Amino acid sequence: MTDHGPDLTGLPADPTTAPFWRAAREHRLVLQRCRSCGRFQFYPRPFCLSCSDPELDWVEASGGATVYSKTTVRIPVIPEMTPPYVVAIVTLDEGPRLTTNLIGDEPEIGDRVSLTWRERADLPPLPVFRLAGDGEGQPLSQEGAG
Amino acid sequence: MKLRPAYIAGVAETPLGEVWDHSELSMAAVASREALAEAGLTFADVDALFTNYMGEEGTVQLGEYLGVMPRYADSTDLGGAAFEAFVHHAVAAIHAGRCEVALIAYASRQRTRRSRKMTRESDNSSLSAQFELSYGLPGPLGHYAMIAARHMHQFGTTSEQLAEIAVAARSWAAKNPKAWARDPITTADVVESRLICDPLHRLDVCLVTDGGGALVVTTAERARDAAKRAVRILGAGESQTHWGIAQMPDLTVTAAAVSGREAFGMAGITAADVDVLEPYDSFTITVLLALEDLGFCGKGEGGAFVEGGRLAPGGALPALTSGGGLSYNHPGAFGLLLLVEAVRQLRGEAGERQVPGAEVAVAHGVGGLMSTASTVVLGND
Repeated sequence: MTDHGPDLTGLPADPTTAPFWRAAREHRLVLQRCRSCGRFQFYPRPFCLSCSDPELDWVEASGGATVYSKTTVRIPVIPEMTPPYVVAIVTLDEGPRLTTNLIGDEPEIGDRVSLTWRERADLPPLPVFRLAGDGEGQPLSQEGAG
Repeated sequence: MKLRPAYIAGVAETPLGEVWDHSELSMAAVASREALAEAGLTFADVDALFTNYMGEEGTVQLGEYLGVMPRYADSTDLGGAAFEAFVHHAVAAIHAGRCEVALIAYASRQRTRRSRKMTRESDNSSLSAQFELSYGLPGPLGHYAMIAARHMHQFGTTSEQLAEIAVAARSWAAKNPKAWARDPITTADVVESRLICDPLHRLDVCLVTDGGGALVVTTAERARDAAKRAVRILGAGESQTHWGIAQMPDLTVTAAAVSGREAFGMAGITAADVDVLEPYDSFTITVLLALEDLGFCGKGEGGAFVEGGRLAPGGALPALTSGGGLSYNHPGAFGLLLLVEAVRQLRGEAGERQVPGAEVAVAHGVGGLMSTASTVVLGND
C-alpha cells in the first residue's frame, strides 16, 4: 500500500503545518510543546528547537499575547487586504512569536491583545488579534514559556 | 602557518541608473573587463568566479558569457550581503590554495525591467506565504518597518534621527557625479515624505536603479602588474539570523553582531580604527542597526549617534560616501558597490568625496529581510 500523506484539501500544500490549519478551521490556535523540556514553539518542526527532542504535542494556546512590534501598511500588497492595515508581531503568552494583523482599536507596542479570527474564501481562517478587553489583560503563568 | 595576504586588485562599476543599451550579462562583462584591467589581468587569468542573481545556476551563465571555466565557483545567496561574503570566501579559497584570481561580478536592470516586487512568493505552501504574506506583510519593506518600530519603542529612537542617515547619504551623493539622486534634502523633507510602512517614509527607502559592478580578489604576486594600487583584505565575516520576521530572536540585534566580530577580530581592529564606513543602506534603519552591532556605538544609542551630521561630509565617521543605496545606486543587491567605493576611498581616488587620509575602510552588507550580514575590513599596506 502506498502512503499518499495527509489530505491537504483546502489547506496550504505543506504537510507539516496541516495540524495547525485544521485546528484553525475550528478557531483553535495550536502550538507544538516539547514533551521533554516543555517549551512551546511556532511554526511547527519535527524536533524541539530548544532541546532537539523529536517528541512534540499539539497544544491549544490561551489566545493571550503582547504586541512586540507593528507597522501600518499603506501600499497594496495582496488583493485580500485594502491598505491601510496593521501587521504586527505578537508574543504569545506561551512564548513563541507570530506575525499577524491587529484589528479594531489599534493597540500600541507592549499592549495586551487577544485572539480572534479572520475568515478567508479558499483557505482556513487566520489568527489575528485585537486590543484585550477587561479581564483579558493578565498574562497566564510564564512557566514553560519559550 | 603564515597565510598569504589577499588583495582587491581591481574594481569597476557597470553602467548605472537606467541602462537601455546593455543586457545584465553585458553590463557585468564590461565591468569585469575593467576591473581585471586595473588588476593587470585578463579573463584568461580568472580561476574562480563568484556571482548570484544573474539567472539560473548562479555562476554558470555568467561563466559561459565571459568564457571562464573556473576551478572554484560560488553562488552563495545572502541577498545584498552576498558580495562581502564572496570576498570572505575568496580569501579562504586563496588561503587554501584552491584559486588565485577570483572575479566577483553582478549586474541588474531592475529599474528598466520594472522587476522589483513587493512580494516574493508564488505558491501558498512556503512558510512565508502561510505565516507572513497572508497577513499582507510586504517584503522586505514591512520587515524593516517593524524593526524600526521596535527600536523606537525600546530606545526612543525618532524618525528625525533615522532621517539624518538619509540626509547624510544625499549630501555625499551631491559630491558623486554618478549618483542617481543629488538634490539636497533636509531631515524635514524625509519625515514629511509619504509614509509607506510606518515608521518608514519614502525617503527612508533605497532607490530602485540599474547597476552593478565587478572586483578582483587575488594575491600580491598575481597583482604585481596592477595598474592601480591593490588594497589589502584585512578581515571578513558573515552570519544570518532568520527569514520569517517573527523568528528573529531580537528585532534590534542583527547578524552584524557576528559578522562584525568575525571580521574585526580577523583584522585585529575595533570600530575606532575605521576611517571610512560603507554600510548597506537598503533603509535608514539598516544603517542605524549596523552602527550599533558593529560597535560604533552602544545598543540603543544609534539614534543619538547619527545626530549632528556625524556620517555626513565633514562628520566624525564618514559613511555612505558614494551616496549609498539611498541616493547613489541600488541595483537590488548593493553589496558589491559598497566594496568598490571602499577601495576607491583607500586609493585616494574618490574625487570631491574623498575622505582625507583614509587607511582603513569597512564595507558591510545586509541582505534578505534583515536576515544576513557580511563585513569586510580593507586597509592600505
